[in-house]
Amino acid sequence: MLIKRNPNGIDLPFGSEITPRAMFESRRHFIKQLAVGSIAGGALAEMAMREAFAQSGGTQKLAARPNPGFVVMDKPTAFKDATTYNNFYEFGTDKTDPAQNAGSLKPRPWTVAIEGEVKKPMTVDLDGLLKLAPLEERIYRLRCVEGWSMVIPWIGYSLSELIKKVEPTGNAKYVEFITLADKKQMPGLRSPVLEWPYVEGLRLDEANHPLTLLTLGMYGEVLPNQNGAPVRIVVPWKYGFKSAKSLVKIRFTKDQPRTAWNISAPQEYGFFSNVNPEVDHPRWSQATERRIGEDGFFSRKRKTLMFNGYSDVASLYTGMDLKKFF
Amino acid sequence: MFNPNAKQINLFKLVLFIAALGPLARLVLFGFADKLGANPIEFITRNTGDWTLYFLCLTLSVTPLRRISGWNWLIKLRRMLGLFAFFYATLHFTTFLWFDHFFDIDEMLKDVVKRPFITVGFTAFVLLIPLAVTSTNAMVRRLGGKRWQLLHRLVYVIASLGILHFWWMKAGKNDFAEPILFGTIVAVLLLSRVYWSVLKPKMQKRQTSPAPT
Repeated sequence: MLIKRNPNGIDLPFGSEITPRAMFESRRHFIKQLAVGSIAGGALAEMAMREAFAQSGGTQKLAARPNPGFVVMDKPTAFKDATTYNNFYEFGTDKTDPAQNAGSLKPRPWTVAIEGEVKKPMTVDLDGLLKLAPLEERIYRLRCVEGWSMVIPWIGYSLSELIKKVEPTGNAKYVEFITLADKKQMPGLRSPVLEWPYVEGLRLDEANHPLTLLTLGMYGEVLPNQNGAPVRIVVPWKYGFKSAKSLVKIRFTKDQPRTAWNISAPQEYGFFSNVNPEVDHPRWSQATERRIGEDGFFSRKRKTLMFNGYSDVASLYTGMDLKKFF
Repeated sequence: MFNPNAKQINLFKLVLFIAALGPLARLVLFGFADKLGANPIEFITRNTGDWTLYFLCLTLSVTPLRRISGWNWLIKLRRMLGLFAFFYATLHFTTFLWFDHFFDIDEMLKDVVKRPFITVGFTAFVLLIPLAVTSTNAMVRRLGGKRWQLLHRLVYVIASLGILHFWWMKAGKNDFAEPILFGTIVAVLLLSRVYWSVLKPKMQKRQTSPAPT
C-alpha cells in the first residue's frame, strides 16, 4: 500500500528471527501446495519451485551465532526488498535486474585465490571458507551512493581472520578484491558499462578493521546469487559499491588498486568512498537517504550519518582531508 | 485521402485523452497493489519522466507525420499531446519537490544549482510553462500567429534539454542505450523541420526557376 508498506514488519533484533522471513516461508509453502494440487501439477510445481528459489536464492540455511557487538537497532529491511532491489551490474544495470538474471550464476563449486604480498598464498574452496572461522550474524546498515539505504543481517566473520591466515608481508599496503567475470554466467558483461572484472579495494588497515566482514550469508541462509553469492565483502561505513560481490581473488598489493568505479568516473567515485554527508556527489546529495521499505511514502528522508554511523572507524583517517580523499 | 469530419475528430480526441491518462492510472493501480517495487518514489519519478519524453516525441512527430501523409487534421491533436507532456512533466517535478525534498525549497534550489542534470531538467520544465499557458485559442489570437509560433519554437530547446537531462542522469550508470535512442528520435524530428523549412523550399525554387537558355 501507498502509505504503510510493511504492515507485518515487527521490530526484532536478530535477522534470522525477522518476521517477513517467516511470511515468505509460508507464502512459498502456499504456492507449492497450490501448484501440486492443480491439474498441470508437474510443470506448475516446478515453476513454483523456481519462483520460490528466485525469491530466496535458495533456501539453504546457514547457522550463525548473533554477535551483539555488531548489531544496529534499526529495523531490518524486508528480505524481499533486499533481494529484489540492488545493484550488481554483471546481471544488468537496473536494480531489478540482478534478481531476475542471477539464476545463471553457479555458486558451487567455487574457489577463491588469495595471493600477492603474502607469506602463505592459498586457494580455498567454499567449505574451507565456511570453516575458517566461526560464523557470526551481524546487522549492518547499508548506504548506497545513490541515496538509499537498507539494514541487513549478514552472516560471516571479520576479514581479518582470513588475513591472519595468509600472513601479509611488510610490502602489503592494500587489498584488492577481484570478482567473477564469466560471460556464460553473467549476461551483464556484454555491455561495456564498466571495466570487467569488477575490482574493488581497501587499505590494509581498513581491511583489517573488525567491521569489515567476509560475508557468506544473509537473513539466516547462504547468500542469494543476486546479492553476491557465494562470498562477498561488506564494508558498512563505505558506500555499497565498495563491497565487492562474488569474489574469485583477493590480492595483497603494494600499490593502491585501480577500482572499477574509480576507473569509470574518477571525479565521481574516489578510492575511499566513505559515507560522508558533507561530500556531495554530482548526481545525488549525500546529506539524506531513503530507507527502503521503512519510511512511509509521505515521510521525509533521514539524515545520513558520517561513516554511516560507524564512528569507530574515524581513527583510520586521522589527519586526512576526507573532502580531498573522498 | 482520409479526412475525418468534426465529429470524428472529437472522437479521436476523446480516445487520445483517455489513452494518455493510462500511464497515470497504471501508477495509481500499482500503488494500491503494492507493485511499485522497493523504492516507489524512484519508480514514480522515472516513470513520469519517461512519459514526459514520450509525449514530447509524440507532439514533435505531428508535423512530420502531417507532411508525409498529408493528413492535415492531425494538427488538431497536437495541443492535447503537448499538454500531456506538460502534465507528466508536472507530475515528475512534483514527485521531486514533494517526496524527494518535501517542499524544502531551500534544499531543492541547492539541488537545482549544484547538480547539472537537475538544473537542465528544471530549466526544461520552467520553459514548458509559457507554452502550456499560451496553448488556448484566445492566447493564440492575443499573441498573434507569428509571435505565438516563435514562442512555441521553444519546444526545440525543451526537447533538447530533456534529452540532456536524461543523458546526464544515465551517465551515472554509464548506460547510454536509452538516451541515445531518445536523442536519435528527437534529432530526426527536429532535423525533419530543417528539411521542410530550409532545404525543400530551396530545392523547389531551383526547380521552378526558368531553365537557362
